[in-house]
Amino acid sequence: MDLRDTPEEAAFRAELRAWLDANLPEERRGWRGGAQRFDDSFYRDWSRALYDAGYAGLTWPKEYGGAGAPYSFQAIYLEESALASAPSHIGVIGLGMAGPTIMAHGTEEQKQAHLSKILSAEEIWCQGFSEPDAGSDLAAVRTRMERRGDVFVLNGQKVWSSFAHIADWCILVGLSDPEAPRYKGLTYMAVDMHSPGIEVRPLRQITGESEFNEIFFTDVEVPAANLLGEEGQGWMVAMTTLLHERGTLGFALSAQLEVHLGRLLEVARERVNGDALARDRVAQEWIDLQALRYTNYRALTSYERTGIPGPEGSVAKLRWSEQNQRLTKLGRELLGEDGILDDGWWHHQQLRSRGNTIEAGTSEVLRNIIAERVLNLPRSR
Amino acid sequence: MDFSFTEEQQELKRQARGWLAERFPLDRDWDGPQDDAWGELAELGWLGVSVAEEEGGAGLGFLEEAILFEELGYALYPGPYLETIGLALPWLGADERSAVAAGETLWSVEVGGLVPHLATVDRVVADGSAYDAHGEMETSVDATRPMGRLERREGSPLPGAGDEPRARAAMACEAVGVAQRALDLGIEHAKTREQFGKPIGVYQAISHALANTYGDVELARSLAYWASWCVAEGDDQAAVAAAAAKAFATDAAVTACERSIQIHGGTGFTWEHPLHRFYKRSLWLQGFGGRPAELRAEVADAVLGAPVGAG
Repeated sequence: MDLRDTPEEAAFRAELRAWLDANLPEERRGWRGGAQRFDDSFYRDWSRALYDAGYAGLTWPKEYGGAGAPYSFQAIYLEESALASAPSHIGVIGLGMAGPTIMAHGTEEQKQAHLSKILSAEEIWCQGFSEPDAGSDLAAVRTRMERRGDVFVLNGQKVWSSFAHIADWCILVGLSDPEAPRYKGLTYMAVDMHSPGIEVRPLRQITGESEFNEIFFTDVEVPAANLLGEEGQGWMVAMTTLLHERGTLGFALSAQLEVHLGRLLEVARERVNGDALARDRVAQEWIDLQALRYTNYRALTSYERTGIPGPEGSVAKLRWSEQNQRLTKLGRELLGEDGILDDGWWHHQQLRSRGNTIEAGTSEVLRNIIAERVLNLPRSR
Repeated sequence: MDFSFTEEQQELKRQARGWLAERFPLDRDWDGPQDDAWGELAELGWLGVSVAEEEGGAGLGFLEEAILFEELGYALYPGPYLETIGLALPWLGADERSAVAAGETLWSVEVGGLVPHLATVDRVVADGSAYDAHGEMETSVDATRPMGRLERREGSPLPGAGDEPRARAAMACEAVGVAQRALDLGIEHAKTREQFGKPIGVYQAISHALANTYGDVELARSLAYWASWCVAEGDDQAAVAAAAAKAFATDAAVTACERSIQIHGGTGFTWEHPLHRFYKRSLWLQGFGGRPAELRAEVADAVLGAPVGAG
């Protein structure tokens, strides 16, 4: 056990910190909410700069454009990016979900076609999993995939899809065989978002902004060569995606929470420093953040050994989401009347946090996963 | 960055779990006099883990002791190991450390006017001096950790100094062990107890309570290991880490036991079932040597600075 950086890790951290200092414009630091942040070309350019400097796909194999570095480097990248208030790579879905799924289940042609373009931000990806009648119950998806020779014809609707309004590609789970038993009729594919018959409509959220979209598919033709895994294996492939979604996510989350905690400490010092009850609550948030952070470090060590994200990822996401809600609400509360006013940052973060216990696996689903896969309790369904 | 135990440390953990399960089973006679197996602990080398080899110890560090504190909590070990090794040891000189490693002297420490295991130990640390263990016993919430009031006779000054972070990290680790045991008992019961024709673990009111405990235990464990590493390395953050760990882990242990009692239903409320013993230990750990709100006040001072208006 040694919680300090190794010499290699320390060197990487120092080099990255210097690079961020030199390359990240001051006006691009910090929070810039909503989908309008993608309206100019900055995010693609920034992502490309990360790629050119070797910081995109740190843990991906070199043959696909990655750096082949250990997971601890990815954790350091996420920590330092959060501390510098740097925007993330625009390929959130590509890097975290589509890429790992293509690596695990894609053909060599698919790997060559997409992986390095995900890293260089030449291709932006979105995810087509949820539907109006299939949220936590992913196996209930109804988007039809009908095979006609060498193509599948897509009809249906997806929802809660981040980045869809600017995406070039979509990882999508649909129903290819309505007669098959549950889980067996699903197929997973990569869909070109520029295909005819696709319409994207932004969804306005609780914050008033639009980050998510609905996607409508009307007779969209997708080549059979775009399948990921075999026809009928969609469920199994989707599980790979979700496993990776919660893999190193923990670090990104606790690093972001650290930035929020920094703001909370500022508010507490300025506004309520003599208030013992407020100090107690702020101290609790500080303690909970350390608990989350060191749980991530423990998970990282086992991830580095096995290469498979452990069940700790579910705990990290579950507890992060609850803490982010509590912390941002506390920040607003400590501001008193000023907290009622829409001053931007706390207002956005507090309202946005309500989605945290719903997106990427609701807290209820995560508790089921912990109960069944970690504690080995009998299945509830 | 490597946040894992070595192969040897993991082996120590397995050995401790196995030996304690056999020597201190759940179905032991809880209400009779408690055998602390002190001589066997000395033979196992557990009393001299961090004592130097030339003083008769193993020359290891606090991380190995942290592993033992957790396992002793898991087994609800009834002897004064926490008192001797976790609380008193840093006060002692070389000769006294050798006697501890050899299993010859048992120690405790006076905290808040109370001495745990006063009637069991030989010597007591109070205000930097050593006293023979004399005094009246009180009734402790935890019968496996009785408490007394020291009657000070002849005191002799001790060469060492107290190490509060170390003591708190030790109690945090013990609390993690207690919480883990309460969780394991709850899981076992939820798998085997059937109501309405199904094991009660299928009901989410039960399984989600256990999932919450699992989260609490894992987070508490991360803090306890972090604090233990800081103590072992003499890291700058040892004091705040240990305060954070004891506050979080002892709260987590109390909650874990309460949830487990609830999941056990009427059985969990009986004297016969051992759960209440773990619950009482968790309450002891929560109250002794810095309760959670006091510890959070220390954390607040560390991260916010002293409160405005405070002298």
